[in-house]
Amino acid sequence: MSSSVMEARLLEKEGDEEVYEVFIGPQHPASGHMRLIVRLEGDVIVGVDPDIGWVHRTMEKLAESKEALKAIPLLERMTIIDSQNVTIGYVRALEKLLGVEPPPRARYLRTLLSEINRIASHLYGMGLAGIFVNHSTMFMWCFGDREVWIQLAEELTGARLTHSYSVPGGVRRDLPQGFKEKALKAIRYMEKRLDEYHRIFFDNPQVRARYEGVGVLKPHEARRLGVVGPNLRASGVRYDARLLGDYGVYDELEFEIPVREEGDAMSRLLLRGDEIRQSMNIIRQVLDKIPEGPILAEKYLRLIPPKLREPALKEGRIKFPGIFANLKLPKGEAVARAEMGHGEIFYHVTSDGSKKPYRVRVVTPSFRNVILFRYLPPGHRFMDLPAIYGSLDYFPPEADR
Amino acid sequence: MTCPFMGLAFLGRLEESSRKAAQWLVERTPVRSLRDWAISFSLWPVHFTTSCCGAEFAAVSAPRFDMERYGFLPFNSPRQTNLLLIEGTLTRKMARAAEIVYQQMPSPKFVVAMGACAIDGGIFHNSYNIVRPHELFPIEYFIPGCPPRPEAVAQAIVRLHEKVKRSEYGVKARET
Amino acid sequence: MNTGSRLERLEKGLRDIGLEPVKAPGVLRVDAQPESLVPAARLAVEHGYDHLASVEGIDWPSEGVIEVIYHAESYDEDLRGTLLEIRVKVPRDEPRLPSLIEVWPNALFLERETWDLMGVVFEGHPELRRLLMPPDWDGPPPLRKDFKVKTEGVFVNVE
Repeated sequence: MSSSVMEARLLEKEGDEEVYEVFIGPQHPASGHMRLIVRLEGDVIVGVDPDIGWVHRTMEKLAESKEALKAIPLLERMTIIDSQNVTIGYVRALEKLLGVEPPPRARYLRTLLSEINRIASHLYGMGLAGIFVNHSTMFMWCFGDREVWIQLAEELTGARLTHSYSVPGGVRRDLPQGFKEKALKAIRYMEKRLDEYHRIFFDNPQVRARYEGVGVLKPHEARRLGVVGPNLRASGVRYDARLLGDYGVYDELEFEIPVREEGDAMSRLLLRGDEIRQSMNIIRQVLDKIPEGPILAEKYLRLIPPKLREPALKEGRIKFPGIFANLKLPKGEAVARAEMGHGEIFYHVTSDGSKKPYRVRVVTPSFRNVILFRYLPPGHRFMDLPAIYGSLDYFPPEADR
Repeated sequence: MTCPFMGLAFLGRLEESSRKAAQWLVERTPVRSLRDWAISFSLWPVHFTTSCCGAEFAAVSAPRFDMERYGFLPFNSPRQTNLLLIEGTLTRKMARAAEIVYQQMPSPKFVVAMGACAIDGGIFHNSYNIVRPHELFPIEYFIPGCPPRPEAVAQAIVRLHEKVKRSEYGVKARET
Repeated sequence: MNTGSRLERLEKGLRDIGLEPVKAPGVLRVDAQPESLVPAARLAVEHGYDHLASVEGIDWPSEGVIEVIYHAESYDEDLRGTLLEIRVKVPRDEPRLPSLIEVWPNALFLERETWDLMGVVFEGHPELRRLLMPPDWDGPPPLRKDFKVKTEGVFVNVE
């Protein structure tokens, strides 16, 4: 080793002591799969470079290589904890292309599962927000209560996480017997638990000290940065893709869009709790109002051979014949937006008239919220970074696709 | 020791030979089976979430399935862990990180591949950005499913317990 | 000036700079040229479309072009039902576009991703480096149509 190299390594240079970089991840105690390159000056963050792409499984390319219907289970794997909401946008885009509308009962069932999934997704986010500030109880409670909703979804669809419930023209299964009672019981349980969450977590002085006043995002900043989901609404912007009335039966139901004005990490957390309450409100109304009728559009029911059609209608389970996977998409394009637990998901499907979509563009809420890792932390202490990360409810597989 | 210089002179070789003797002793049946029995109850996976199966991995350690009763405690630092669970797809970027994490873990160490993607790509079999984990690590068990249910993960862990208790894990797991 | 809704005023403004907005359900579609992209975007911001929902590239090898599509979105009550879609075609062998990062700040990651996966160069973008692909990736941009992935076998058709 030459002396100059040795000197360079041994002696301090000008500017060395001012800014240094800390690499967090990709293996770190949080939800994993991403790296934050944090530039620090002393204990104060001067910049964060979110290095994403660790879970890039190339969904957009693979969706082009599959028949349109087969891309539903594929795209579901983006946000496995919220799989109904992540695919409903794609299904709506296909429906607009194919020119088919789901019957009313199917729309109600989609709304039902969407809200069950939203609750599960918010509980996941709240649990992780707990573990970010080393509050293991919150993690355990949230994940334990999440199982209640996962079990409900499993009863409805047959799968714990990957439901593939919505298909163009309707849904795959009808409501099982005794579902309403179980759902109402779950709601009663969850309402009780939400109060307990306040007692142990949200009103806990230690948690408040970590989360309150940290990472404040003002409304005009949130608008310009295109932030979505609870992170947006916690900054006082009343926007929710459910208000567009494009999917589900949200225009027939009465519910509120919770909005908070503070815009800090605590309000982002509290807003998730508010949204869980509203989702339970929606589930109650859906179960009361759900009409009788078919669960698949007439156009596609006729495709099922008569021998299979009768038992399918009686049992409420649709088994698709092979022809269904070979649906030709008419030439054209369609845009659809839907509200996931994490925020708004955007789909743009372009078709050239073949069975496979020519191009599927999907912009996921977590990908749109990545910009907040750049924007929020500078100026905070390093200790505040986990609190900011935890409050954003960032889900890496969704951002990386 | 009477002469301090003697001790110094033989220190190097003494240390090496005592290490070899200890190794020999540890590999003999009574000590080894005691050691493996002890290891089997402290399979700590490193908290390294490679992909979306991490959602079910989190459910495994959460209250309903509660794998902590089998001594299964996800831990942050690879230095204190001995089990690497590949949770789903391993992308090319992540594979490098996974190799580093695996190298940092003290031996004996075990790898369990979770999910269809970790077997042979699963639904992403034709993707341009994934790696088959069995090309990188000696894998003890594969867990099929997309994603596997938490019960399946629990079963794999219990199987691994039995395997470790019988001292049947691979040479690679012991030495590398 | 203040006649009609903001959307109508935006349409009129776009016509004034020589573009032809077309109305589709839920979308206001504009075909632009690379030169008229920045003025159109500035006009959109003035009329309330203050952030982007998506930047997308579609490869059309038969025409030899890559079509870059910007979807702008607004959170305001009167505009949220309609997306503004600006489509620009650039030659496939040398796709270059001005960066819109000064107009829409959240183009930062969206444009970087489009460069990463589609190979469109955004001039003036401060950091065009790998985002989703591994840093040592040297193959062609994966979302182009000449980058082929293995497809599944033929699905058996049961009538």
